Amino acid sequence: MTNIGSYEDRLKNFSWSNAGKELDYCEGDQINIGWYCSDRVCQLGKSEKTALIWEGRGDEVRRYSYNDIRLLSNTFGAFLRGLGVTDGDRVCLFMDKIPELYIGLVGILKIGAIAQPLFSAFGDESLFIRLENAGTRAIITQRKHASKIQKILDQLPNLEFIIVVDDDGKKPPKPKEILFRLDQAEPVEQIDIFPAKAETASILHYTSGTTGQPKGVKHVHSSLISQYITAKWVLDLRDDDIYWCTADPGWVTGTSYGIIAPFAMGITQCVMDIGFSAEAWYRFIEKHRITMWYSAPTAIRSLMKAGDEVVRQFDLSSLRHLASVGEPLNAEAVVWSDRMFGKPFYDTYWQTETGSIMISNFPGMKVKPGSMGRPFPGLTAAILDPDTFEPIHEVNKPGLIAFRHDWPARMRTYWNNEETFQKKFRNGWYLTGDRSTIDKDGYYWFIGRDDDVINTGGHLVSPFEVESALLEHPAVAESAVVAKPDQVNMEVVKAFVTLNPGFKADDELELDIMNFIRKKLSPLAMPQEIEYMDRLPKTRSGKIMRRVLHAQEWGEEIGDISTLEND
Amino acid sequence: MPEINELKEVILKYVINEYAEEDYNLTYDSPLISSGLIDSFSMVSLKRFLEVKYKISIPDDKATPEAFDNVTTIANLVLNYL
Repeated sequence: MTNIGSYEDRLKNFSWSNAGKELDYCEGDQINIGWYCSDRVCQLGKSEKTALIWEGRGDEVRRYSYNDIRLLSNTFGAFLRGLGVTDGDRVCLFMDKIPELYIGLVGILKIGAIAQPLFSAFGDESLFIRLENAGTRAIITQRKHASKIQKILDQLPNLEFIIVVDDDGKKPPKPKEILFRLDQAEPVEQIDIFPAKAETASILHYTSGTTGQPKGVKHVHSSLISQYITAKWVLDLRDDDIYWCTADPGWVTGTSYGIIAPFAMGITQCVMDIGFSAEAWYRFIEKHRITMWYSAPTAIRSLMKAGDEVVRQFDLSSLRHLASVGEPLNAEAVVWSDRMFGKPFYDTYWQTETGSIMISNFPGMKVKPGSMGRPFPGLTAAILDPDTFEPIHEVNKPGLIAFRHDWPARMRTYWNNEETFQKKFRNGWYLTGDRSTIDKDGYYWFIGRDDDVINTGGHLVSPFEVESALLEHPAVAESAVVAKPDQVNMEVVKAFVTLNPGFKADDELELDIMNFIRKKLSPLAMPQEIEYMDRLPKTRSGKIMRRVLHAQEWGEEIGDISTLEND
Repeated sequence: MPEINELKEVILKYVINEYAEEDYNLTYDSPLISSGLIDSFSMVSLKRFLEVKYKISIPDDKATPEAFDNVTTIANLVLNYL
């Protein structure tokens, strides 16, 4: 029996209010996610239950009970309060997947500050753009990442505290640095939990668009209701599960389903903070007897690439349910997982902006390999005509995926960018920017993005951001960035550049430009290929025609090029 | 043709300069990919460095996380294509 039971019955009877009641929440009540993720679980009698099993390099293992999470998040919160950090302040988490990240997020939420998790591989420019936009007051980080912050510190007048959680104290702290060791701090038994209400801001996640700088997606504390009920019905999380969400909390999956949902449900979860290898992943599942595994198509394809033989070296019989997110899960991966693990990966679809799973294959429901599945109960979903923005009722006709903007985890705005937020809506529909069809059974089938955003390994990369950074390289005169097909990552970044006089178009320069972007933005944004051109395709008005280059990469028809500039 | 020790030294120096952010005590046998120091995206730039530096071409199916997991395995891989 699955948690959701009958999908059809849930469709008929669903209400968000009932979902809230499962958390003992009624409209108007306080709903602080930090409290739900720790104190409430303890109050329900799970103080001694293992909340987190963490494994790092060199086989280091740390275990935390729910009471530990409660005490340590209190300690984190009290420490921040002691610095003067208060509700509404933005506190960035810029760390690898270490326990301080998971516990720190809970602590930040407990005091009503807004957590701003950022991917620790971001380079200094990516970091600067996001900290400046958020007006971040404090950043929590590790010694190995702190140098990136020092580089941009002078340009961030709002940033008052750089809290380093793993410093051995042997060298004097750098400007604005405060050393804080959670493992050495006096545990705080009790703190005043900030009385967050449904609309109190909780988390700021940054995401990339086609144009403009990255946008800070503002989420609120009542997002918990969506995250809780989707984790229960889609991920099918149960009290005796050992759960592994492979996502990094620098991205939304890693917070919604890597911290908030499992902790609020009182589930035991495992985190592995080492690099990818098929053997290490399978060993981790075997060792901890993982039962529910939430991963991403890129990882699954990498596992497929590693071969079947390595799977057979491990006992993976503990696995009960598998799900995937981040990019479309190809049918081959679904079929492969069914063959190798005796169960398919269930694809789930959602976005940073939606905050929780929107469309998915539900446990107990027939999986159509390659399909995104069906909308979560309580949502009004549709495929819209791209010209009229009216719902398409015709089966298998492509359109824009859209939702009525009324579920608890929906974004409330883009931070300091209400204008762009408003542009995400047409006729009352939230436009996801993705296209799909719906088949006769109501299953959605992903087609692609409706814009130029690159989805590489499940992470969105803005072509604009990469193009802008490329222009800062002394050799680059002009740049255009598009997605290039990739077997493992679905898409990777490819750049087309023209050079300034005096620079030679050779392999050394290509490597130099690649490394320049990797350090400035992130490894994800680094072009995996750079093509030198004498000139870029442009419209007569001088606008670079990315779609011409995109079509070239994907072997597609170029389409209308009547506006293409001629010699 | 460079000796294996010379290769290892060049690669180690490059990895430290390009990928290690702070106070990494890397040796020839320190895990690079499985430790998370170098991710799969960054591995592409390391592969490109080797190809440019030694004027070789490493087939994509040989550029596996295992082959790139430490300086010694990388040097051995490069030797195959010199």
